[in-house]
Amino acid sequence: MSNLLTIRDLTVSYDTKVVLERANLVVEENDFIGIIGPNGGGKTTLLKAILGLVQPQSGEILFSESMKNKRGDIGYLPQVNKFDSKFPITVFDVIHSGLAMQGKWKMGFFKKDKQRVEAIIDELGIGRFAHRPIGELSGGQMQRTFLGRALISDPRILILDEPDTYVDNQFEGELYRKLRELNQRMAILLVSHDVGTISTYVKCIACVNRELHYHRSNIISPEQLASYNCPIQIITHGSVPHTVLATHNHSH
Amino acid sequence: MLELLQYDFFTNALLAALLSSVSCGIIGTYIVSRRMVFIGGGITHASFGGIGIAYYLGMNPIVGAAVFAVLSALGINYFSQNGNIRQDSSIAIWWSLGMAIGIVFIAITPGYSPNLMSFLFGSILTVTFADLAYMAVLSAILVILFSFFFRVIVMIAFDEEFARARNLPVSFFNYTLMALMALVIVASIRISGVILVLSLLTLPQATANLFTKDFRSIMIASVFIGLIGMLAGLYISYYTDLPSGATIILLLTALFLVGKLFLTAKGFLYRRSGNSF
Repeated sequence: MSNLLTIRDLTVSYDTKVVLERANLVVEENDFIGIIGPNGGGKTTLLKAILGLVQPQSGEILFSESMKNKRGDIGYLPQVNKFDSKFPITVFDVIHSGLAMQGKWKMGFFKKDKQRVEAIIDELGIGRFAHRPIGELSGGQMQRTFLGRALISDPRILILDEPDTYVDNQFEGELYRKLRELNQRMAILLVSHDVGTISTYVKCIACVNRELHYHRSNIISPEQLASYNCPIQIITHGSVPHTVLATHNHSH
Repeated sequence: MLELLQYDFFTNALLAALLSSVSCGIIGTYIVSRRMVFIGGGITHASFGGIGIAYYLGMNPIVGAAVFAVLSALGINYFSQNGNIRQDSSIAIWWSLGMAIGIVFIAITPGYSPNLMSFLFGSILTVTFADLAYMAVLSAILVILFSFFFRVIVMIAFDEEFARARNLPVSFFNYTLMALMALVIVASIRISGVILVLSLLTLPQATANLFTKDFRSIMIASVFIGLIGMLAGLYISYYTDLPSGATIILLLTALFLVGKLFLTAKGFLYRRSGNSF
């Protein structure tokens, strides 16, 4: 197993507020890491730092040799609610835009790649609405569209920011099955607030609450949680996936 | 009707209609898609400051307007990204600052300014050869830019963050298109004036958007809708002696309403036939 990505002592702050402090994380091939933590705890900031969208205060993010083309080697599915659904663009064109990257965005990069767009459309089973404008999609269709954009560049790491919001349970199940299948060929980083569901799919869990706590397991004990100061649900494993709620600590 | 073509001023006006329908159709679609119409309003009114100063100095008002328009466009972009000013406040400041400067300089300019009204309300029939040359260069730049970089421009407009994650030249395109937007606005002030110019950049797009939700189609359709509105407005204002800028805007609004009515009627008939089966 080789490391794709190594984050070392990463500190990010906006103005004077420290959002992420001395975070360390190693992403290996075929990892499936669930990133959990409270709102405002720095989950999205961690993703943005990996994507090069925010400048870290200190620390470093190292990509492996095999990730030379890091801009296309990372597939990114942002939170879909940030999009302007009235923007005049079709599903096909959104997915296609995933092919553009540094040094590969000028005229003509489209024609020869049309088949790749169609292949992704087939793979995700979205041919039925491939030529619709995005304003006419449901939440699940929207997620599938943006998953297509993330996948079309054949990434080594797939990063998903809350893909389970605005979708129904049926789509959620499909999505996680799809992610498990994709995990055969790429590492996955998944931010979610739905700890109960992701714990049955992910291999490891990282908790981000300004600090990043990570261990190579998807089981977190109450003791660990308490010491992490990570106010989330506790995950256990049994024959039936289930969640046990921790007692809330209202003192802080 | 054709005998009008022997007049230079009229052929100039026809060419101006053609060129500005191209530039407004292209940049207007960008403005509307990115929800930058309010920024366009700020740039338009800020450019009045340049018109006032140019009058005072005895220069070509279009040059003054262009300088002010580009500075305010870049200023709005810069302050909302780097300053602690909210974008809408920043726009409002440039908007009224430009108008105030324009009013002050026109007040201290000796004598009467006969062409001032044409800058406030536009007059396509007074377009000069220099104006045409300016519009032609601008339209050519836009056509070339959008033919070569169409996909990356749309991609940045739709999801700037994703484009940044892919290390695309986001800032370059943002600033370039902002500057071009300012220059198109200045060119269009000749046709419909400071007060009415925003409609040239939004009405054809709104009409096209009734029928298509595709960026490229809206862009191309807007060029033709704008051209129809401007040519018809030109003829009507010539024969009826109505102000050309306002006539064009009224016609473009009428086109939008016709489109809207057509769609409503179609939807109504469709539902009725759907129910009867």
